[in-house]
Amino acid sequence: MRSILKASVAALGFAALATGAVADGHGKKLSGDLRIISDMSNPAPRAVMEGLAKEFGEKHPDLNIDLEIVDREAWKTQIRNALTANAPDVVNWYAANRMGPYVNAGLFEDISDMYENGDLPGLDAVKGAMTLDGKQWGVPYTYYQWGMYYREDMFKELGLTEPTTFEEELANCQKIVDSGKKCYAIGTKFLWTAGGWFDYLNMRTNGFDFHMQLARGEVEWTDARVRETFANWRKIIDMGGYIDDHQSYSWQEALKFMTDGEAASYLIGNFAVAPMRDAGLSDDQIDFYQFPLIDASLPQGEDAPTDTFHIPANASNKDNARAFLQFVTSADVQTKINSGDALGQLPVNAASSVDADEFLEQGFAMLSGNAKGGVAQFFDRDFPAEMASVGMEGLQEFMVFPDNLDDILERLEDARQRIYK
Amino acid sequence: MTALPDPTSQPQRSWYKRNEIAVTPWLFLLPGMFFFAFYVIYPIFQSFWISFHEWDGLGEKVWVGTANYERLLGGDRKFETSFWNNLKWLFLYLLAIPAGLSIALLLNQKVRGIRLYKSLFFFPFVLSQVVVGLVFSWFYLPREGLLNAILAVVGAGPVNILGDPSTATYGIIAAGLWPQTAYCMILYLTGLNAVDPEQIEAARLDGAKGHRMLWHVVLPQLKPATFIAFVVTIIGALRSFDLISVMTNGGPFGSTRVLSFYMYEESLSEFGFRMGYGAAIAVVLFFIMLFFIVYFLWSMYQDERGGR
Amino acid sequence: MFPTPIEKTSRTWQLTYQGLLPIVLLIWLLPLIAVATFSIKPSADFTNGNYWGLPTSFELFTNYGKVFFESDMPRYMINSVLITVPTVIGAVALSSMTGFALGVYRFKGNLAIFFLFIAGNFVPFQILMVPVRDISVNLGLYDTKVGLVLFHIAFQTGFCTLFMRNFIKALPYELIEAARVEGIAEWRIFWFVVLPLMKPALAALSVLIFTFIWNDYFWAVVLTQGPDAQPVTAGITSFNSQYRAAYHLMSAGSIVAALPPVAMFFLMQKHFIAGLTLGAVK
Repeated sequence: MRSILKASVAALGFAALATGAVADGHGKKLSGDLRIISDMSNPAPRAVMEGLAKEFGEKHPDLNIDLEIVDREAWKTQIRNALTANAPDVVNWYAANRMGPYVNAGLFEDISDMYENGDLPGLDAVKGAMTLDGKQWGVPYTYYQWGMYYREDMFKELGLTEPTTFEEELANCQKIVDSGKKCYAIGTKFLWTAGGWFDYLNMRTNGFDFHMQLARGEVEWTDARVRETFANWRKIIDMGGYIDDHQSYSWQEALKFMTDGEAASYLIGNFAVAPMRDAGLSDDQIDFYQFPLIDASLPQGEDAPTDTFHIPANASNKDNARAFLQFVTSADVQTKINSGDALGQLPVNAASSVDADEFLEQGFAMLSGNAKGGVAQFFDRDFPAEMASVGMEGLQEFMVFPDNLDDILERLEDARQRIYK
Repeated sequence: MTALPDPTSQPQRSWYKRNEIAVTPWLFLLPGMFFFAFYVIYPIFQSFWISFHEWDGLGEKVWVGTANYERLLGGDRKFETSFWNNLKWLFLYLLAIPAGLSIALLLNQKVRGIRLYKSLFFFPFVLSQVVVGLVFSWFYLPREGLLNAILAVVGAGPVNILGDPSTATYGIIAAGLWPQTAYCMILYLTGLNAVDPEQIEAARLDGAKGHRMLWHVVLPQLKPATFIAFVVTIIGALRSFDLISVMTNGGPFGSTRVLSFYMYEESLSEFGFRMGYGAAIAVVLFFIMLFFIVYFLWSMYQDERGGR
Repeated sequence: MFPTPIEKTSRTWQLTYQGLLPIVLLIWLLPLIAVATFSIKPSADFTNGNYWGLPTSFELFTNYGKVFFESDMPRYMINSVLITVPTVIGAVALSSMTGFALGVYRFKGNLAIFFLFIAGNFVPFQILMVPVRDISVNLGLYDTKVGLVLFHIAFQTGFCTLFMRNFIKALPYELIEAARVEGIAEWRIFWFVVLPLMKPALAALSVLIFTFIWNDYFWAVVLTQGPDAQPVTAGITSFNSQYRAAYHLMSAGSIVAALPPVAMFFLMQKHFIAGLTLGAVK
């Protein structure tokens, strides 16, 4: 997976320079029904999804499109239900291992032929993230960098600069804590945000390859190297770096700490930029840096999760669904929906262009030039779904009660032995 | 029909007439019983059956014998947490009964506007548990919540009730007690209305007062109300799901799960439906409940025999 | 009367009592008052950390307008109505029949069937989840309002039968006997003699079932998904995810979702309480 992803990002960088051909459906007018269930429930993505459905409907006036937007967090427990009973024609999900349970259960439609027949031009580079068992099970529609978003104005006030090493990061944090603020906003109510911290700390402490070994279940959770990652994490916890009561907040609720100036930075994906701007932060007040180095000898690995569309195997309007997948991945639609004033993320089509947006440009440059270790999807997408669920619960517990580490690691190790059979 | 001259039809028509009293109840029962058997009785047995299988809800059920129960009772930590939380719910939820009685005693007066007071005290009960859950989770918010705003005034806090695994379950139960207390209150208000005034007066002449009067004279007369309050509170405690789902979703770190929530999680989880395991959890829950069901039915049966 | 009527107590205690009542009520409803206050605040109050101060502006119409015109809430509300009303009709119809059969006739198995209905009603309904979901999927009723309605009717029949049977049993039996002597057919006795007498029970039960079903959440999430079929209790979570951290809108949304049963209660209070407390007095 690693090499494919690495290659894919590199190829994206290269291909984006060329302007590709625009392909979009076959100009054939569709009719009948198209039922979409989307999890793009946050305000900006919601607007994008509604716009997509509307535009697709205008192209095909005889097509009856039914769009249901469901809560993104709730969707994680609903999707299997939706795929098995009364399946819609198109659903949202995530790339890589997170597709595994549904691919194995035969609930996602195999669309390898679309990639082979050239129905999806410009997607060759990202094909890897959609591949399991040598076949492709959906299309990506966006991906985004993770990293440290911070309050530039607060940093200036305290005389801080963007850190490149963990020591600098901790030193910065100490100064922030001393000034009576918190270093990091985070909301772990829905658990996965803690996975981001673990991904980065583990990739920087032990390297991308080790991280992937852990994801594949090849390393014990009680391994000394894993403990080292947690020891580094604990430094931040012990110095009071995180906001209090983060287990009670969603990431959106925790954002307020940063916009209020109570916390200086936020390790999060680029999707957080839109709500930060909505909350009134100007681009002079926010900036971005790559997660600093811990072991300088390790090439950096980065999280760049890919969000996807799939056709359920039980869908009833598969032809219309396929046309919709072509539509959302076409170069100009990709350019449009990922621009700074829409999703504010990176397009997956090689022929699309990255919006001239401070954060998108930085992220794109980072992923194509400075992620030599490899590009990971995210904790809950790289680890098998069940391991991720048990794991993230443990990570959240660790962030609140770091003293429980031994117990947590034993529990995760038990789970590992049960889950990877 | 009356035009039919055939005399043999005569006894046939009267068969229904003759058996009308015996047949009618069954005709009236049929639709209700069919629905109930199909959607309630049969599924109970089916759940037992499924609990001996491994089943993803789609393919073939694979017989695994008692393996689900062995895993459940053989040190599944999530199950243990859920089970203990269920017991906490059972016991603490019963506080609704004395609390309801207290409010009923407070409101059992005939002053101006008391009817409106009664309604306003009662109406949390008609709110959906989802809304109650949301209302209380905002009430408990660690910085923004009203609870901490009040605690700050008296110089205490701040507390993060739902974020701390040692208090989260209690916080949810407290939210559940709010509508449940209202329910018990209304039961007792109705009961107090029917308390025999002569007995009270007689006891008063004997010098009974306050809590002695309450304990020896009033409470015995409130027995039917107490019984119903007990039944609905126990059922409510064991069905608790909505509040947990809305307020903490089982967290933090799984500390607020109860059996009903855990079974839902396992049965319909993202990474694979474990219908068999879920059914096994439901069966355990059923057996806890069965203990009470038998008691309720037995009490009601005594009443029936005592009645007509 | 117990406790001692307030008018027979000392003047000071009378005044204390009158003063105490509103305070206790205020405390009792505090969480709700908090939410109601949230729902009329402007969003700026939340970004400025003004949670508990006076609202800087009065935004009732803006906030509730958003709920009604810029979200799926109206759809969810309509679904709730379309689920609740048929359930009420179905459950009340079925149970007045079963209640009639069990309350009027003596036959072998009467009590056993009656107790079966009660027992089924006491069951923790989670045990039905897996099979009922399976049945709904197989019948093609998953994620439809019909599927939810049918199940609700069936499950509520247990409680309703208990209620109706006890009510009918308390009716004067002589009326039925008199009708029989007249030679009136049994179904006509049900329709013309018993049913008119059951009006208070029908009203009480309808109000109760309306509230129970409107407030159901568990079955809504097990048997439906998305705005096509989900009632408002389930829909509110997706509304909240749309406006996460926007407390003023989430509060307004919850109040809207809670309104119909509250209105039903205040309008039909007498029936509601009569239904709820049946059996609390002997």
